[in-house]
Amino acid sequence: MKKKNRLQLDDNGKLKHFLTIEGLNRQLLIDILDTAESFTSVTEQTVKKVPLLRGKTIVNLFFEASTRTRTTFELAAKRLSADVLNINIQASATAKGETLLDTLRNLEAMHCDMFVVRHADSGAAHFIAQHAAPHISVINAGDGQHAHPTQAMLDMFTIRREKGEFHKLNVAIVGDIRHSRVARSQIHALSMLGVEDIRIIAPKTLLPTEPDAFGVHVYHDLREGLRDVDVVIMLRLQKERMRGASLPSEHEYFQLFGLTEEKLELAKADVTVMHPGPINRGVEIDSAVADGSRSVILQQVTHGIAVRMAVMSMAIQSHLPETTGGVR
Amino acid sequence: MKIEIRNGHIVDPANQLDGEQSLFIADGKIVTIGTAPTAFNADSIIDASGQIVCPGLVDLRAHLREPGEEHKGTIASETRAAARGGITTLCCPPDTHPVIDTPAVAELVQRHADAAGFARVVPLGALTQGLAGSAITEMHALKTAGCVGVSNAMQPPGSTLILRRAMEYAATHGMTVFIHAEEAALANNGCVHEGAVGSRLGLPGIPIAAETVAVAATLALVEETGARVHFPMLSSQRALQKVARAKYDGQPVSCDVSAHHLHLTEIDLLGFNSQCHVRPPLRTQRDMEGLRKGIADGTVAAICSDHQPHEADAKLAPFGATEAGISALETLLPLALRVVDDGVLSMTQMIASLTSQPATILGIEAGTLSPGRQADICIFDPERYWTLDSGSMLSRGHNTPFLNWEMKGEVTCTLLGGKTVYERT
Repeated sequence: MKKKNRLQLDDNGKLKHFLTIEGLNRQLLIDILDTAESFTSVTEQTVKKVPLLRGKTIVNLFFEASTRTRTTFELAAKRLSADVLNINIQASATAKGETLLDTLRNLEAMHCDMFVVRHADSGAAHFIAQHAAPHISVINAGDGQHAHPTQAMLDMFTIRREKGEFHKLNVAIVGDIRHSRVARSQIHALSMLGVEDIRIIAPKTLLPTEPDAFGVHVYHDLREGLRDVDVVIMLRLQKERMRGASLPSEHEYFQLFGLTEEKLELAKADVTVMHPGPINRGVEIDSAVADGSRSVILQQVTHGIAVRMAVMSMAIQSHLPETTGGVR
Repeated sequence: MKIEIRNGHIVDPANQLDGEQSLFIADGKIVTIGTAPTAFNADSIIDASGQIVCPGLVDLRAHLREPGEEHKGTIASETRAAARGGITTLCCPPDTHPVIDTPAVAELVQRHADAAGFARVVPLGALTQGLAGSAITEMHALKTAGCVGVSNAMQPPGSTLILRRAMEYAATHGMTVFIHAEEAALANNGCVHEGAVGSRLGLPGIPIAAETVAVAATLALVEETGARVHFPMLSSQRALQKVARAKYDGQPVSCDVSAHHLHLTEIDLLGFNSQCHVRPPLRTQRDMEGLRKGIADGTVAAICSDHQPHEADAKLAPFGATEAGISALETLLPLALRVVDDGVLSMTQMIASLTSQPATILGIEAGTLSPGRQADICIFDPERYWTLDSGSMLSRGHNTPFLNWEMKGEVTCTLLGGKTVYERT
């Protein structure tokens, strides 16, 4: 734990890399949310730009396909006036046999300031942060089944906007928790921000090993788990898990764990429905709920931009004292 | 050449020796322990004051990387590291390139070891051709070529039918079958213990059931075939319980554990430390304690190094993409001594688990100081502290999570057939 802490934070406790929620602290998460709040006005202006990161180069290093995350990172960087480079590695270097470290060295040689990394291997962002030159910040945009901290923070941002306070909330996360980096980061963020009742709802085949270690309440029955919740977060069910050893069929999954208007009645009247997207209508969530009045799924996407602006600006600013006199 | 090792504390578990005595060597063989034979004029005297003199260590599992992966290590480089670690006999698994499934490869390995002259190398032959799990090997020919057993290395043995036939055939030729207890379907390409830490890190897990299912299936086939089976590197307390019960029932089975599984647990993975990427994976504190206890109560016969040297790049990737294994020859003895310091094992038990007991599993004449045996001897200072740093490692692989650990107990001199193959400078 100590190691992670040291890796993500500089000597003054400022955010240097953003790799995982674990090892951070409540105040830092609140700072991220507050900073994001201050950026929301930018995205609503006619000229949607602030000059905070002018002259900085940010590389979107995506080793795994993504539309939403990559475009919101790109938009966030552009609204901070940074130069953005999008690199889709599947189609490029590693296909030619180049190691991750070599790819990294090459990008460093181009004098970049920040890597936004998505990779299929858990720990990839840590690895890159450990080996990147000291002036480079690394933002984890999703690594394997480990973490997706900016997604978790935009979810926290959305919850705070909807509910105000965290500590009295009951929050349920439903679906494929076992394979979900989003769920892991959400659980850490929710508990760090003081949510006392975090529930995870799934059949045993989709639960992580030793779920108790996450400090959550486990339910195998959606109706039971939804009782009196303030927020319900539905997770996307990966196509490859729908048939096979984890689940028998989409049909049975939707019957038992799909969120419908009828099941939602068990939750609090003002329940907020969230989903990190992309959604599978009729698999984990009924269209009536996804498009209904309690759904904030599209707001989540909008908030993603402000939260990513916050994280990027905070991480680069932690480097400023070292880099100001420099050539770059 | 006549050598006298004097003033040393001799520990030879097989002969129940434990005390300060002199040891006399002539023509590469042990002559006697105690009083000098008549007219013994030593050409060389080794003063072992304050040191322990024990049989050269026998390591049940060390990857020497030759043939096929000389960029990771060679028989010469790795046996030299073994000599520094007080190890005089190494058993190497058959997963070289090409696989040790023909007499030619088995002989090549031994020839290169003889030429290097730092340690004896006894190979295991492959259980199936190319370790592919479909056709059994020419075990008689492999045995004639010096193989001391047959093994599936880390590969699945094929179906239980293939395993049964291979065990029957090995039993026909009196060869011990070394079975890596990992049910491939349950291991499911995992890279860490399936537990709280792996779950937090989002790394795919290998459940304990992958080990216990393989052990249970193999034990059922031992009952069926009467083959002698050894399980290398068990990692879980539950698997040990199954082996203990089979031993109690009189089945011809044994097992060993690696030195790193006695000191590290899944907690050491935090921060994605790829130096702790090993297979079988590091498990829980309870498992670690179970393995330690297993040596003390006799369930576990030996501590092996599971030496796996790698080039630096093999560990420079995100955790799951790194290669498993630790360069471990030079830390085998100090890590075993640490278990003695922790009060779990006596010095004699620990030395037995590194000498006579593994030699018995291999069915070779080694691991004792009996008169007439080859003078393979390890002399070490049990009180000396030193720090492991990569600059001083002799193995080509510097991949170890124990870098910068303070070690207690250092080999001062290693003799192979009466010849000094390592001397601390």
